[in-house]
Amino acid sequence: MSGRARRLLVALTIVALAGASFAAEIPLAERRSGYELMSRETRAMQDDDTANPGMLGVLDGGALWARKTGATGRACADCHGEARATMKGVAARYPAYDGTLKRPVNLEQRINLCRTERQQAPALAYESRELLALTAYVARQSRGLPIDITVDARTQPFLDDGRAAFYRRQGQLNLACSQCHDDNWGRKLAGNVIPQAHPTGYPVYRLEWQSLGSLQRRLRNCLVGIRAEAYEYGAPELVDLELFLMWRARGMAIETPGVRP
Amino acid sequence: MANALINAPDRARRGEIIEIKTLISHQMETGYRRSQLGARIPRDIIRLFVCTYNGTEVFRAELHPAIAANPFFVFSTVATESGTLTFQWTGDNGFSATETATITVD
Amino acid sequence: MDRETSRREFLVSAAAGLGLGAVITVVPAHATPQEAQEAIRKIVGSAPVTKGRVKLELPPLSENGNTVPLTVSVESAMTPADHVRAIHVFTELNPQPEVVSFRLGPRAGRARVSTRIRLANTQTVTAIGELSDGSFWSATAAVVVTLAACLEDA
Repeated sequence: MSGRARRLLVALTIVALAGASFAAEIPLAERRSGYELMSRETRAMQDDDTANPGMLGVLDGGALWARKTGATGRACADCHGEARATMKGVAARYPAYDGTLKRPVNLEQRINLCRTERQQAPALAYESRELLALTAYVARQSRGLPIDITVDARTQPFLDDGRAAFYRRQGQLNLACSQCHDDNWGRKLAGNVIPQAHPTGYPVYRLEWQSLGSLQRRLRNCLVGIRAEAYEYGAPELVDLELFLMWRARGMAIETPGVRP
Repeated sequence: MANALINAPDRARRGEIIEIKTLISHQMETGYRRSQLGARIPRDIIRLFVCTYNGTEVFRAELHPAIAANPFFVFSTVATESGTLTFQWTGDNGFSATETATITVD
Repeated sequence: MDRETSRREFLVSAAAGLGLGAVITVVPAHATPQEAQEAIRKIVGSAPVTKGRVKLELPPLSENGNTVPLTVSVESAMTPADHVRAIHVFTELNPQPEVVSFRLGPRAGRARVSTRIRLANTQTVTAIGELSDGSFWSATAAVVVTLAACLEDA
């Protein structure tokens, strides 16, 4: 093990011990988007629509929105019209409960449900350029709007599962999400600032990926980071965690397409 | 699908220095990465970006793999006359993309 | 060439051990400051390079070496008689020293260009301004590059 990897392991162990069984929710007023913890240059990249690489995905998504597809030969626009009007507020409410599946689905899954059921078109693969572009385009229409997740008898059990996952220690490093993101946000982990982990900007252009990516991709990165086996894309465990994270970020503004290191 | 974002003013005064921003979608594969099996992933980058103003070249960038993915440039040119700004990107594997923007100069 | 196993390689190989497929980003034997000097020589030939007139703006600390914003400018009236012909950017520890060459001219109005570059390591970046009178000017900037703490393995 190289010196740097050893130091990282030690640092994480200290974090783990210090965080033992104490997991305090961040008070609502103290919540900060990862945007505020980034460097000035990265923030500038997000702020300028003509310089934000995520906007390339949004542009692509706009084209896909208008493209006729599937056995029905219908475009999203044929049913949903102008996305700027009809999709406003949608991303802020997702993951949302689906009556047929009897569980919450995230925005990517909702788009694929529309494709397979309404357009009679094949579902788009997770993390495919097309699905990311469509999701970014739809989510962009909620930019600036507060996240607003419905909590009722139907969604409560899934929210609870997501919450339990957030506070549960897992992986070879035996770390819970809360130990970094509730207890140590703002501190440095191997040179990078730990954010509070609010999914306000998804799909996000992550500099590490050099491309747009979904929240599930980020969650899987984290799971790999703590040496846990990452769930497959679309797994209910991931959607439950997404639901909890969005609820935890309730009231915070959507920033899609965000830019993050 | 290559797509690009151009930001250039559609109007300017004669002699004014205008700022142009261009952003194009391209992975800029460096040629230094290896796959899981150790095979080198071949280089695949944009090599050249040229801006012409009514046919005259006013800016050129010769790119190497160290230009970040989704190449972004901000440069300036003098608004000399009304007409068309043409942006051309070319690169490995026959990559070619062109965008235009019109400008009215009074 | 002896290459210190980077943390990135260690963690990626650990992830690979979990049976997850991935692209491994292996930083190869990188260029040396001497190779950077040779690359600069190719551009300037035997002409002297004077420090000054070029301004290189880079963040002193970059959160991710994949995308580092860079702005380079050269003091010049940009007239047909006296202007910047080109600006060249070099690194000393990337796999190859050349980053980009910008060709300008009097129609630019202003010798100022921005872009985003990749930096494989904490290192010094050099910008060379080539003027219409054949003179060369330079500036350098040092950047500390940090890596993402939680690496990917999609």
